[in-house]
Amino acid sequence: MNDSFDQISQQLKGRHRKSMRLKYYAMGALALAATFLLIFFADMLSKGLPAFKQAMVNVEINYSEEASRSGRAAIDRDLSSIVSRSVVRVIPLEMRNDPSLLGTSETRWVLASAEVDQYLKGNRARRLDADDMAEIDRLVASGQIEMRFNSGFFARGDSKMAELAGIMSAVVGTIMTMIVTLAIAFPIGVMTAIYLEEFAPDNRLTQLIEININNLAAIPSILFGLLGLAIFINFFGVPRSTPLVGGMTLALMTLPVIIISTRTALRSVPESIRHAAFGVGCSRWQVVKDHVLPLAMPGIMTGSIIGLAQAMGETAPLIIVGMVAFIPDVTASFTEAATVMPAQVFTWSGEPDRAFVEKTAGGILVLLAVLISLNASAVLLRKKFERRW
Amino acid sequence: MQTNQLFLIFCSVLLLLGLAAFYFGRSKATRVRASGPAMHAQPDQYAWFAVVATAGPAILLSALGAFVMLLMGTEIPTFPLLLASLAVAVVGLFAGMTLIRANFHARQAIERVIRWVLAGAATISILTTLGILISIIGEALNFFQMHSFWDFITGTTWAPGNSFLAAAGRGDGGGAEFGSVPLFAGTFMITAIALAVAVPVGLLSAIYMAEFAPSRVRAIAKPMLEILAGIPTVVYGFFAAITVAPFIVRLADSVGLDASFNNALAPGIVMGIMIIPFISSLSDDVINAVPDSMRQGSLALGMTKGETIRDVVIPAALPGIISASLLGMSRALGETMIVVMAAGMRPNLTINPLEEMTTVTVRIVAAMTGDLEFESAETLSAFALGLVLFVVTLSLNLVSVIMIRRFREKYRVNNL
Repeated sequence: MNDSFDQISQQLKGRHRKSMRLKYYAMGALALAATFLLIFFADMLSKGLPAFKQAMVNVEINYSEEASRSGRAAIDRDLSSIVSRSVVRVIPLEMRNDPSLLGTSETRWVLASAEVDQYLKGNRARRLDADDMAEIDRLVASGQIEMRFNSGFFARGDSKMAELAGIMSAVVGTIMTMIVTLAIAFPIGVMTAIYLEEFAPDNRLTQLIEININNLAAIPSILFGLLGLAIFINFFGVPRSTPLVGGMTLALMTLPVIIISTRTALRSVPESIRHAAFGVGCSRWQVVKDHVLPLAMPGIMTGSIIGLAQAMGETAPLIIVGMVAFIPDVTASFTEAATVMPAQVFTWSGEPDRAFVEKTAGGILVLLAVLISLNASAVLLRKKFERRW
Repeated sequence: MQTNQLFLIFCSVLLLLGLAAFYFGRSKATRVRASGPAMHAQPDQYAWFAVVATAGPAILLSALGAFVMLLMGTEIPTFPLLLASLAVAVVGLFAGMTLIRANFHARQAIERVIRWVLAGAATISILTTLGILISIIGEALNFFQMHSFWDFITGTTWAPGNSFLAAAGRGDGGGAEFGSVPLFAGTFMITAIALAVAVPVGLLSAIYMAEFAPSRVRAIAKPMLEILAGIPTVVYGFFAAITVAPFIVRLADSVGLDASFNNALAPGIVMGIMIIPFISSLSDDVINAVPDSMRQGSLALGMTKGETIRDVVIPAALPGIISASLLGMSRALGETMIVVMAAGMRPNLTINPLEEMTTVTVRIVAAMTGDLEFESAETLSAFALGLVLFVVTLSLNLVSVIMIRRFREKYRVNNL
C-alpha cells in the first residue's frame, strides 16, 4: 500500500504495453500466414505462367521422296535441333495419307523443341550448343521464331516430349471421376443426413453412426486408397486406374463432408416450419421433401461443392488405385484408364526435364483456378441464400 | 461386354415397367376415387406405391444375386438372374395393382420403404469403416505371417529391397528387414516441425481474429485462410520440393551447415503452412464460443485485454485448442503428397532435421507403386504401416472429439 500513484501508473503502463504486445504478435501471426500465401502464389505464377507461352518456328517443309521415309529430311539441317521432334515424326504419316503432297513444299509455323523454348524463356538449355543459340537468336531477330499463346497446353493430352504435353486428358479424367464421385456421394450423403436428422431415433446405433462419420472425416486419405485397392479392385474386380474406381474411392472420402454439411443445413431450418407442415397433416417424409429440403438446399449445395473441391485436389488415394498412369489420349469411358489433374501434376513433377517444371506449375495454376472458383462459388451461394430466421 | 449390354437392357425394361406401374396405379386410383369412396391417399401416392412394389423386389433380387456371386464365388448365370428379376417385377406390378383399394394406406406404405432406404444409406458410412478395417487388418495379418510383429514394431532397419530380389527368383529374401521405427521417427519428426509452425501461427491468428481484429480485417482474413485450406496437397508438395527445399539448402550452406536436398525441414514447414487454417479456424470458433460474461468479469476486475485473453479466455478455450492441435497432428501424420514429393526415400534414424528422412506414408506409396506382385512382403507391408497409421490417427481423433465435447458441455455451445 506504499506504492505511490506514479509507481502504480507505471505498472499500469507496463501492463498495457504487454497487452499491446500480444496484439502485435497476433497480428504478426496473421500477417505471416498472409505472407506464406503471397509467396506461394507469386512462386507458382512466376513458375507456371511461362507454360502458357510456347515458342513456334516458321519453317519450310519439303515433301520430298526422302522425307516420306524419314521426316528429318523435310527440314533444313540447321533447323533440325530447333524444330520439335513431334513435327518431324508426323511428316511421313501426312505424306502417306495424302500422296499429292509429294514434291511440294510449304512454309508453316510449327512447334519449336522444348530446349529452344526454355532458352528463349531464359532458362539453361543443356542440349543446345553455341551454334544453335546463335541460329536461334538470328531467327528470332528475323521473326522466324515467335512466342505464342500455348493453346496446345489445353488441347492436348500428356506426352513425354515437354513441348507437346498438355492437360486435356487430365481435365477429362477429372470430370469423369468427379461425375462418379458426385453420383455416389451426393445421394447417399444427403439421404444419410436426412435419416440422422429427421427420422432416426436417438439410440446406440445412430450415435455409433454419428461418431463414425466424424471419425471418417478425419481419417488420412491414403487409407481410403488402401480400401479402394483391397475392396474395389481386388475384391469386386473393378478395373484399375479408371475413373470408376477413382470416383468410388473419392466418393467414400467425400461422403462425410456432404453428410456433415447437409445436417447443419437441415438443422438450421426452424422447427416451426416442421410443426406447421405436420399441423396441416403432412407425413414425416412430406414435411422433409416439400418443406425442409427445399429450404436447406442452398446449404446442401454449398457443402457438396466444397466436398467436390476437396475430392478434386486429392492425389494420395488415387496413386494407390493406380490413377497416375501416363494417358496421352482423352479417356472415352468410365472403365478405361485415366488420370486426373492433381495426378498429372504429380507425374510431371517427377520428370527430370527442366521444361516439365514449368508444365507442372502451369498445371497447378489451372487446378488452383478451378478449385478457387469452385470455392468462391460456394461462398457466393452461401451469401446469396443465407437466411436468418 | 455382354454383361454390360444385358445390364443396360435390364435397367431399361425395369424403367419401362416402373413407368407402366406409375401410369396404371394412378389411373386405377383415379378411377376408384371417381367411383365414390373416400380414399386414404392421393392418386400419386398410389402410383408411387405401385412403382415401389414393381421395382423394389426386382432390384433387391438382382442385388442379392450379385452379392452372392461375389461373396460365395459361385457362378450364377447373369441372364437367368436378370430374367427372374424381371419376372418378379411383373409379379410385383400385378400385386401392387390389386392392393390399390380405397381403404389401402398407400402413403404409410411408401414412407416405410423410404425410411428403410434412408437408414440403408446411413449404414454406408459404417460399412466404409468396416471396409477399411477389414481390408487393412486382413492384409496386415498376411504380412505378419511372413514377418514377426515384434520385429516390425521394434526393428530399426527398414530394408525391403531384398524382397524384390526374392520375387525375381534371385536371393532368398531372408535379408529383407521391416523394422518400422525409423519410419515412425521420421514421421514424428516432420509432424513435430509442422506443429511447431502451425500451432503458434494458427493460434495467434485465431486470437487476433476473435479478439482484436476489426470486422473488416476479419472479413478478409477468414476467406484468405480458407484459400490456404483449399490448396491441394500435391501443390504444397511441389512448392516444398521446388522452392522451399533448395532455399533451406542454400540457407544452411550460408551458415556452414550441411543440408540434404530431401531434408525433413522443408516438408515439415510446408505441412505446417497446410495445417495453419485447421488450427486457426477451429480455435477461432472455440474462442468465440467462450461466454462474454467471462471477459466482462475479467475486464471489470481491472485486467487488461491481454491479461484477459491470457488468463481467462485461453484457459477456458484450452480443451478446444488442444482438440484442434490434435486434429492438426492427425492430419500431419497421415499427410502423403508433401512428404512423397519433398521428403526422402531413405529410412534414417536421426534427430537432425537437415538430413534426409522418410515417413510411413512415403513407404506406403513406394510399396504400392512398385512392380511387385500383390502378395509380396513389401506390398503387404504397406497395409501393416496403414494399420498402425489408422490406429494412431483414430485415437488422436477420438481424444480430440472427447476434448471438444467436454468444452461444449462446460459452456453449453451448440454449434461446435
